[in-house]
Amino acid sequence: MTTPEPHAGNVWPIWEVFVRSSRGLSHVHAGSLHAPDAAMALRNARDLYTRRNEGVSIWVVPADAIASSDPDSKGAFFESPQGKDYRHATYYTKSEGVKHL
Amino acid sequence: MAAQTLQSVPGEPTSARHEQSLEDVARRDAEGQAYFDKVMAEDSRIEPRDWMPPAYRKTLLRQISQHAHSEIIGMQPEANWISRAPSLKRKAILMAKVQDEAGHGLYLYSAAETLGQPRDQMMQDLMDGKAKYSSIFNYPARTWADMGAIGWMVDGAAIANQVPLCRASFGPYGRAMVRVCKEESFHQRQGFEILLELSHGTPEQKQMAQDAVNRWYAPALMMFGPPDDDSPNSKQSMAWNIKRFSNDELRNRFVGMMMEQVKVLDLTLPDKDIRFNEETKKWEHGPLDWDEFHEVLAGRGPCNAQRLERRREAHHNGAWVREAAAAYAAKQAKKQAEKETAA
Repeated sequence: MTTPEPHAGNVWPIWEVFVRSSRGLSHVHAGSLHAPDAAMALRNARDLYTRRNEGVSIWVVPADAIASSDPDSKGAFFESPQGKDYRHATYYTKSEGVKHL
Repeated sequence: MAAQTLQSVPGEPTSARHEQSLEDVARRDAEGQAYFDKVMAEDSRIEPRDWMPPAYRKTLLRQISQHAHSEIIGMQPEANWISRAPSLKRKAILMAKVQDEAGHGLYLYSAAETLGQPRDQMMQDLMDGKAKYSSIFNYPARTWADMGAIGWMVDGAAIANQVPLCRASFGPYGRAMVRVCKEESFHQRQGFEILLELSHGTPEQKQMAQDAVNRWYAPALMMFGPPDDDSPNSKQSMAWNIKRFSNDELRNRFVGMMMEQVKVLDLTLPDKDIRFNEETKKWEHGPLDWDEFHEVLAGRGPCNAQRLERRREAHHNGAWVREAAAAYAAKQAKKQAEKETAA
């Protein structure tokens, strides 16, 4: 696992925490924390986000390593599926009432 | 890079594409405001990277960081009693509760950080006495029964306040509150149980429980903040869907709940003016000493100096741990880099 560069002023970097609540489910974002390295981030995440058996597995990811889409261009970025209702089962109404379809 | 050579890429911030002129900034602010207003009208959520009015950001930053500080300082009155808990079971419960308070503080600092304030700055402001926290934690916890009264009344008031905050318009704050509220109900129940056991114990124990309830009642009611006609920021916070009910609404609702629960405890609330107003269908309580509230908030309560001193001391005493962990991480990173170079 890689550890991000410590930030200026001796501040530990931020890690995003993802918790798998039980086997068969995906990891879900739980929150974030500060830690000097990946091993400490995992231990802190365990103490902070799974004090009541909330998880069976934890991922920690350096916040800096996450790329995200720009909130300002949400319209343009997610434009492609617009107007493509035919991608949904609900678009096809002629089969209404037909069993097992 | 010249602006015109860059293609317009969906998903890329406009600020990276070209120099911002004043007109651009004004246009983006206007667009941002329009989108923000739409989100408010739909009672949807604002997320950290969305445009938001500077005053909205400032209000949230103040509220969330004060909330975080309250959790952190709130560990102190109870941590004092861990070593004096009457049984191993009570000690384990109290430790779990104090650990939860630390956790709540950390959830909230994380939420506040998404607004752009570094955590060490917030902590420094707290230690420098520049930041506020809930006035309730500046009262002393004198007896074991106070652990009961704090759990039942202080955490009870906190829950009444926090449940509506789960729907706060700022996503990270609402999500942190959901987590906090789930954990908080254990705090209230364990406090209630402590009082119940004492009130059904010896006459001295019952008196101790009553005395704790008497001392914590008014400070707990004041946790909801000043009366509505003296709470200048409330209206704006409600317009921004941060706050869902007024201070007095929440306080009155809380008094009604206490009135029912105190009967089960076979204790009384130190307020002879509590009544259900048939006309307004609301609970009412006797007068509260708001001068005392403002004094405590201004730093002149019974324990303000002690709480801050203890916080500074804990931060100072933990410095070597933070330094050691950082040094170890740096050493490991260096080793890893050398290994990769050699390979």
